[in-house]
Amino acid sequence: MKLFEMNHVKKSFDGNIVLKNISLSVQEGEVVAIIGPSGSGKSTLLRCATLLETMDDGDLYYLGEPAAKSEGGHAIYAPNAELKKIERQFGLVFQNFNLFPHYSVMKNIMDAPIHVQKRDRAEVQKEAEALLQKMGLSDRADYYPCQLSGGQQQRVSIARALAMKPKILFFDEPTSALDPELTGEILKVITELAKEKMTMVIVTHEMNFAKDVSDRMIFMDQGVIVEELSPEELFASTNQRTKEFLGKYHILNH
Amino acid sequence: MSVEVMIQQLAGGMAKTIMIFVLTLLFSLPLGLVISFGRMSKNVLIRGITKAYISIMRGTPLMLQLLVVYFGPYYIFGVNISHGYRAYAVVIAFAINYAAYFAEIYRGGIESMSKGQYEAAKVLGYTKAQTFFKIILPQVIKRILPSVTNEVITLVKDTSLAFSIAYVEMFTTAKAIAASQKSMAPLAAAAIFYYIFNFLVAAVMELWEKKLGYYS
Ligand SMILES: Nc1ncnc2c1ncn2[C@@H]1O[C@H](COP(=O)(O)OP(=O)(O)OP(=O)(O)O)[C@@H](O)[C@H]1O
Ligand SMILES: [Mg+2]
Repeated sequence: MKLFEMNHVKKSFDGNIVLKNISLSVQEGEVVAIIGPSGSGKSTLLRCATLLETMDDGDLYYLGEPAAKSEGGHAIYAPNAELKKIERQFGLVFQNFNLFPHYSVMKNIMDAPIHVQKRDRAEVQKEAEALLQKMGLSDRADYYPCQLSGGQQQRVSIARALAMKPKILFFDEPTSALDPELTGEILKVITELAKEKMTMVIVTHEMNFAKDVSDRMIFMDQGVIVEELSPEELFASTNQRTKEFLGKYHILNH
Repeated sequence: MSVEVMIQQLAGGMAKTIMIFVLTLLFSLPLGLVISFGRMSKNVLIRGITKAYISIMRGTPLMLQLLVVYFGPYYIFGVNISHGYRAYAVVIAFAINYAAYFAEIYRGGIESMSKGQYEAAKVLGYTKAQTFFKIILPQVIKRILPSVTNEVITLVKDTSLAFSIAYVEMFTTAKAIAASQKSMAPLAAAAIFYYIFNFLVAAVMELWEKKLGYYS
């Protein structure tokens, strides 16, 4: 089943065209990695997908429900009530976590399920505890974000996103704000989620991780999708731009 | 005049000073928040009006504003001023003046919040009101508390300006007793009162700051 689909998405900021004509769809259970140089529009793509940014033109669907449709060269968004429903389908993990500093770890995870989704507190609590256990943070439930390492904060933010039970989870460079020795713990968590068939779209600069975890890789450059291939194919690509970009990471092809 | 009698006479003034203080905060703190929204509004007209309002309130003496609020209805509209209006005039003038200062403090705090907090809240599905009152405002309060403390301490002392429209609060009472008794004692008592009042206010604010110190 197609969980997510965007067609012919265009986006510019004051005349600077950032997304030129992007189409992308994601099947249930799929893991898609997006790579590309800085400024190529990867974050903008995720921000359009998660309704943090409005597209200039293009279609956007979740589970076949339109969040926006292209009409006469402009993206026309669904009414707010519809968008609110659609927002429940996805989650987003930020590069710099964006945890709520005045809430404890537990409250960060539980607050939205209780006050946004109006779910039963006891049930949410149980799930939150299970999520914390999965993230290896059971003993940190009552801590505040400022008392945690970057890696722990990012794990909390992943737990916070998962507590909303999204159908699809987007990650925007989840390890870029972390010290090198802490990236591993996040990559491990995401790999674990991939094994559980969580549908994910991951923007990352961690090439080896992208190769290992994804079913499909997308190479973006200057606002367009240059190539969309399986990891093996992409790393063996003969495309000049792809080769040049991957060359910077000294990835060896086996 | 014995100390007890003097204190007794001053007590009425004290109560009124405390009343001005409490009512001013009660009205100006929420009003300031509303004005700060206007000041940050996307609507040019609303933004312009609130900007001018803040500028006038901060750019003219509070004592003059008191006179305008008190005498304005009579001079401008020819409305007869009832005796009871005096107390209202004091609270109205103080509230609208302090709201302007608080508005700028709120604005500074709100604008210092990172975009990421709003975005995280939006992706989690919080409504705009939930985002503001649950996520943003509590963090803003922590950030602006030191500036608010400064204003509140100034307010304690500013309450004495109510004498300018002959509202008999602490300061006016002390001055009257001092004049009739030819004694410094009532003024000294007033000074001690203001000092203790401020000391308590500062202590309470410090306690509050400490309480919010559990995160950074
Ligand atoms: N809100 C904005 N206003 C103006 N320009 C923007 C805005 N957001 C992004 N841009 C511009 O759009 C382009 C693409 O930015 P984007 O953040 O999507 O790139 P990216 O691929 O995520 O890069 P990085 O790898 O550095 O995160 C950049 O040139 C950036 O300056
Ligand atoms: Mg980016």
